[in-house]
Amino acid sequence: MLLQINEPTSRSNKNDVAIGIDLGTTNSVVAVVKNGQSLVLRDEQGSGLIPSVVAYGDDGSIVVGNEARHELLSNPQIVVSSIKRLMGRGISDIKSLVGTLPFELGIAADGGMVRLKVSGKTLTPVEVSADILLAIKARAENALGSVKSAVITVPAYFDDAARNATKDAAKLAGIKVLRLINEPTAAALAYGLDNHVEGLYAIYDFGGGTFDISLLHMERGVFQVRATGGDVALGGDDLDHSIAEVFLSERTKLFGNETITSTEAKQVLSIGRMAKECLSINSCGDWVIKINDKSSRHYLDLKTFESLITNIVERTISICRGVIIDAGISVKEIKGVVLVGGCTRVPLIRRRVSEFFECNPLVDINPDEVVAVGAAMQAYALTAGSSTLLLDVTPLSLGIETMGGIVERVIPRNTPIPVAMAQEFTTYQNNQDSMLIHVVQGEREMVEQCRSLASFVLSGIPQMVAGRARICVTFVVDADGLLTVSAKEKITGIEQEVSVKPSYGLTEDEMTRMLRDSLEHAREDIKVRLFAEAKVEAIRSLLAVRAALVADGDLLSIDEKSQIHNALESVESAIRDGVIEILQTTVATLEDKTKIFAIRRINRGIHKRFD
Amino acid sequence: MTEYISPITLSDAAVNRIKIMIADRKKPTVGVRIGVCTKGCSGLTYTIEFADEKNPTDDVVETKGVTLLIDHKATIFIFGTEMDFVEENFQSGFVFRNPNEKGRCNCGKSFHV
Repeated sequence: MLLQINEPTSRSNKNDVAIGIDLGTTNSVVAVVKNGQSLVLRDEQGSGLIPSVVAYGDDGSIVVGNEARHELLSNPQIVVSSIKRLMGRGISDIKSLVGTLPFELGIAADGGMVRLKVSGKTLTPVEVSADILLAIKARAENALGSVKSAVITVPAYFDDAARNATKDAAKLAGIKVLRLINEPTAAALAYGLDNHVEGLYAIYDFGGGTFDISLLHMERGVFQVRATGGDVALGGDDLDHSIAEVFLSERTKLFGNETITSTEAKQVLSIGRMAKECLSINSCGDWVIKINDKSSRHYLDLKTFESLITNIVERTISICRGVIIDAGISVKEIKGVVLVGGCTRVPLIRRRVSEFFECNPLVDINPDEVVAVGAAMQAYALTAGSSTLLLDVTPLSLGIETMGGIVERVIPRNTPIPVAMAQEFTTYQNNQDSMLIHVVQGEREMVEQCRSLASFVLSGIPQMVAGRARICVTFVVDADGLLTVSAKEKITGIEQEVSVKPSYGLTEDEMTRMLRDSLEHAREDIKVRLFAEAKVEAIRSLLAVRAALVADGDLLSIDEKSQIHNALESVESAIRDGVIEILQTTVATLEDKTKIFAIRRINRGIHKRFD
Repeated sequence: MTEYISPITLSDAAVNRIKIMIADRKKPTVGVRIGVCTKGCSGLTYTIEFADEKNPTDDVVETKGVTLLIDHKATIFIFGTEMDFVEENFQSGFVFRNPNEKGRCNCGKSFHV
């Protein structure tokens, strides 16, 4: 590739508008960078939020956003919400969620992807997300004209499957995904943390339905997600709940026990939400609840509100503490904290966060919109070209299985992406004509303790002596964190490739567990690995010596032969016993006993060549 | 005083070519700006363009009679690079020999460090 000198500005393409999308669990936001300014696209009422709620009418109509949320009160059975929790999930991941989700699940036999049954339709989470994205695209096109490409944000803990599902949803909606970026990274970008700062920052994201805390390490524009944690069932909704419960118990005192329908319960909850939002700005307020033509007035001040939600807030703080301990750092090392999510407007939360992190949080950008703004900035950088260099990292190591069930890491954890890395492997047995490439993810040394992502067979390797074939295995992780693995035999050029698309994803718990396990079991793992490696070596020697005995056994005296046989047997029994020191000694003995044999074989080889 | 080390060196072929191109441009030209931007399949691509004026973020390098303006943010990615001019049978252009590169994408347009 030869480069030319360009005229200034000729590299930016002005017609190409790319947007940033925060595809959230409860709300989505879309933003764009125009004339160097970031701009959140709003509806007529000035709200930038598009509720991530879709209503599927019996007549085939599809409604997204606020109108769909209104249907939630009157026709909850046709409405799908919180679909993000199902993205890229398989049946086994979902079992624990059944009952906590506000819609009916159907599970199809094929592929294991979760299906929803709504208004006589069977829908996948990808399709529902695509409908939300179509509404977002419509809003953007209304404001900007044609929009074709976007940067979409995903939670840092989203795995390959969930990321792929998000990309597929965008494809269905006719949006070209320039890149998927992590939500905390986007929030950090929105604050321009990529430009000047180095060091650790915390992103405290308290959304409608979920709580996430991420620790980002920034250095020269490289963003590394050092640790993430959170609770997928802890959010602003819980704050609304605590208020609603108080109001309802006050009503019970006034009117005695009432039976309340689920619709009325939802009304009380939305009054709870209004109270929360009001108390984020004012110090007190009162609200009227009208059920069964009986009205009641409820007063709440800031102090009472804060005492109601203390437990919830402390839970988020204790999760933060856990993540910091997991990452092996102290709070003092954290230079700043960014607040994301509408709930972070609640004064108590701001206070506790700044107390805990011992610094004033960054709050200048609307916490509902900060992620979309960061995404828009990245979208602009990718289309117009920019000197902002954003690099994400692989969350877990990627490797392949080698002999003896050992994981050979090809791409280590926290490698900045996009990345391509190759390693050469070889055959293990004479005339081996195929090789199984088993791709795994995880930090442990043995395959069975890591997560299997995919496997494929490289076949058609020509007949060769063991160790002759040169098989180059290449791992490519693209900028969205998606993996492609290819294997090529260099001498013949035969090649196989596979895109890794697991049918269901790693749960967040699994991810944390895998990381923690790798630390706890590090010593034990290395022992197991050392033995497995020694075993592979030993078997290789056994095979080689046996083959040599068959070919050139006549070079040895009977006594020499029996010594070699004894050595072979002791290696075999050492393999069975599993003690590495004994195995190493027996292999050394075998080498010693076969030294003369090897010299004679070489001499014979030389003679043959010259004769 | 510490000696200033130029982050980039030019081959004689590159110097000659740049001088010819600046002369051909027939416009007042401060120099050639070299940068790195987030684009391409492997993450980063080099950019070269004529500079009409100096930006405050540019590092200025005078070498062999040519002025190079290097975007400050790009410096760490290209430190030690040699820029050369290559003529092949059907095309000619500049190449960067960057010791920081850890890999390139297949099409050769982008690299990563």
